[in-house]
Amino acid sequence: MILIIDSILKTLTTGSGFWNPLVWIFTIAIVLLLMYILRGFGNKGYKEGTEQTKSFLSGNEEYEKEKMHVKASNVYWGFLETFRWLYKRFDKMHTGNVSDYVLWFVVIMGILFLIIGVI
Amino acid sequence: MSDILNTLLYHSPALIVAVPLLGAFLTPLIGKINDKLRNIFAIVIVLITSFLVYLLVSDVFSNGIRTYVFGGSSPLVNNSFAVRILFEVDGLNAFMAIIASILAIAGVIYSWSFMKENTGLDKYYTLILLMIAGMFGMILTGDMFNFFVFLEITSIASCALIAFRTNQGSAVDAGFKYIVISSIGALFILFAIGILYSQYNALNMAVIANSISYGFLDKIALVLLISGLAMKAGIVPMHMWLPDAYGRAPSSVTLILIGTTQASLYGVLRVIFSIYGKHLTLPVKTIGDTNLSLSALIGIILISFALLTILIGVLMALKQNDFKKMIAFAAVGEIGYMLLAFGAAITSISTDPLTGSTILATHGEVALKGGIFHIINDALDVGLLFLVAGAIYYATKHSSLNKLGGLARNMKYTTIFFIIGLLAVAGIPPMNGYVSKLLIYQSTFQVNPILSIIAILCSILLLAVFVKVFHSAFLGPKLPKFKDVKEVPKSMILGMGIIACIIIFFGLFPNLILDNIIDPVARAIFDYSAYIGGVL
Repeated sequence: MILIIDSILKTLTTGSGFWNPLVWIFTIAIVLLLMYILRGFGNKGYKEGTEQTKSFLSGNEEYEKEKMHVKASNVYWGFLETFRWLYKRFDKMHTGNVSDYVLWFVVIMGILFLIIGVI
Repeated sequence: MSDILNTLLYHSPALIVAVPLLGAFLTPLIGKINDKLRNIFAIVIVLITSFLVYLLVSDVFSNGIRTYVFGGSSPLVNNSFAVRILFEVDGLNAFMAIIASILAIAGVIYSWSFMKENTGLDKYYTLILLMIAGMFGMILTGDMFNFFVFLEITSIASCALIAFRTNQGSAVDAGFKYIVISSIGALFILFAIGILYSQYNALNMAVIANSISYGFLDKIALVLLISGLAMKAGIVPMHMWLPDAYGRAPSSVTLILIGTTQASLYGVLRVIFSIYGKHLTLPVKTIGDTNLSLSALIGIILISFALLTILIGVLMALKQNDFKKMIAFAAVGEIGYMLLAFGAAITSISTDPLTGSTILATHGEVALKGGIFHIINDALDVGLLFLVAGAIYYATKHSSLNKLGGLARNMKYTTIFFIIGLLAVAGIPPMNGYVSKLLIYQSTFQVNPILSIIAILCSILLLAVFVKVFHSAFLGPKLPKFKDVKEVPKSMILGMGIIACIIIFFGLFPNLILDNIIDPVARAIFDYSAYIGGVL
C-alpha cells in the first residue's frame, strides 16, 4: 500500500526532465481561480439575447445557421493548398487498389532483403 | 476456494483462449433462445476471460515467466526435441493481454446498443469472440506455427467483421482488401517459419532463439517475419489497408481490430528482441573504423519506417473529411511513435566491454519504456476516438465531417469523451498520451534531436487534426437537421466511459503504471535469456 502511495506521489524523471501531473493540476487550478477572479472585474451590463450578442458581419445580414458553420473541408484550406504538391504525391500513393498495396509490400521486402540479407 | 483459484491460475493460459473460443461456438445456440441472453452471454464470456487474464498477469508480474505445455509436463521429448505446443507468458505477453482484455470488454459492452439495429448478430458475436480468442492466442503462444494459426483465425474473423455491413459496398471492399493483405502477409510469415523449422527442427520460439546462428537463411527469415508482421501492424508504406479496414468496420469492431494490429506489433518485438536477441550486438558491417551492429542496423530501419509512418499518417489525417478515416490515419501516425521509440531503444543496445554482456543505454531504457507505455495509451486513446465516431454515426447516421455540426449541444457525454480522447492522442497534459510521448521525445532527442523535433511537430499536427473534428462536428450552431438528435444509449456511454476513466487514471498516476507494469515489461523484452530459460 505504501509502495502504491509512493508511486502515486512520485515525480517521474525521464533522464533529462521530470513530470508530476498532480503539481500540474494544482498549478492549473490556481490559474483557473485567478481567471475567475479577473472575470469578476468584468462589465456586468452584458445582456443575453439582445443586440449585444448578435454577430456583426460588416453590417450584412446574418446567414442561416447551417450556412454559418465552417465545413470541415474548408478548415486548414491554406495549409492543404500550400502543400498541394506533397498531397498530390500522397494521393498517387493511396490508390485504393489492392494490387498496389501488395506491390508496396514486395518493394519494402526487397529493400529489406538488400539491407539485411546482403549486408 | 483457493484450490479452484489455483487450478484456474494453473490452466489460465489455455483457458484465456479456450473460453472465448467455446463461447464463440455456443453464441449461435444461445441466440436461438433470446437475443438479450446472447448479448449477456458474450459480455459474461469476455468478463470471465478478463478475470483469467487478471489472475495470469498478477502471477507473471509477481512470480516471473509462466509456461503452459499442452499434452505433457515438459515441452521437450527425450530432453531434446521440442515438439509440444506451449504458451510462454512473460511480462510482454502479460502486458499485451491486459490491453486485449480492456479492448474486448469495452468493445462487447459498446456493441449491445451500437449493433442493435443490425441483423445477423449471432454471427457478429460469434466472430467477435473468435477474433478475441485469436488475438489472445497470438499474444500468449510460445510456438511459431501456433502464432501463425492464431494470426489466421484473427484475420478471417476480422475480415468478416470488417465486411459485416454487407449492404455498404465500401465495407465489403475493405474486407476483401484486408483478407488479401492478411493472407499474403501470413503466407510470408509461414514461409519464414518453414525456413526456421528446416534449420533448427523446432517451432518453439525459445528453442529457436537458443539455437539461431544468424546465417543467410536466418537473415531471410528475419526479413520475411518483419515485413509480414509490419504490414499487419500497419507500418507505412504497407499501411494502406488500415484506413479502409478501420474506417469501414463497425466502431466496436475497430476497437478490437486495434488490439489485433498491436498483437502484430508484439510479434515484431518478439522476433527482434527474443528470437534474434542473441545476435543483436553482432557486427554486420564495418564502415571505416566503426562496426555496424545488427541492433544499429535494425534500429535505423525501424526509425526510418517510424518517421515515414508518423509523417504520412498525420499529414493524411489532416486532409480527411470522413471522421473514421481521419482517426484511422491518425492511428497509423501513432503506430509510428511506438516504432520510433523501439528503434531508438534498439540502436542503444551494445556489448559491455568489461563483462561482454548485452546492455541498454539509459536513454534506450527510457525509449523502451516510452514505447511500451505508448502501446497501451494508443489502444485506449485511438479506441476511445473510434467509439466516439461510432456514437456520432449511431446518432446522426453520418460520418462525413462536412455534414456534421453543433453536436455538443445534444450529445454532452460524447463530447466530453471526445475531448478526453483528443487531448490524450495529441499528448496534452495531464492525459496518458503526454507521459509516453514525453518519454519518447526525451529519449529520441539523445539519439538524434531531429527525430524528437519531427515527433513533436507531428504531435502538434495531430492536435490540429482533432481540433478540426471538434470544430466541425461538435461546435457551431445547432443544425436544424440534427435538432432531434439525442445522446447515445447507456451501454455505449459505459463502453466509452470505461476507456475514458482508464485514460485519466493513467495520466494522473503514470508512476503507478510505470513502476508496476511498464518496468517489468521493459525488463522482460530486453532479457531474451530469461525467455529462453523459461522453456529450456
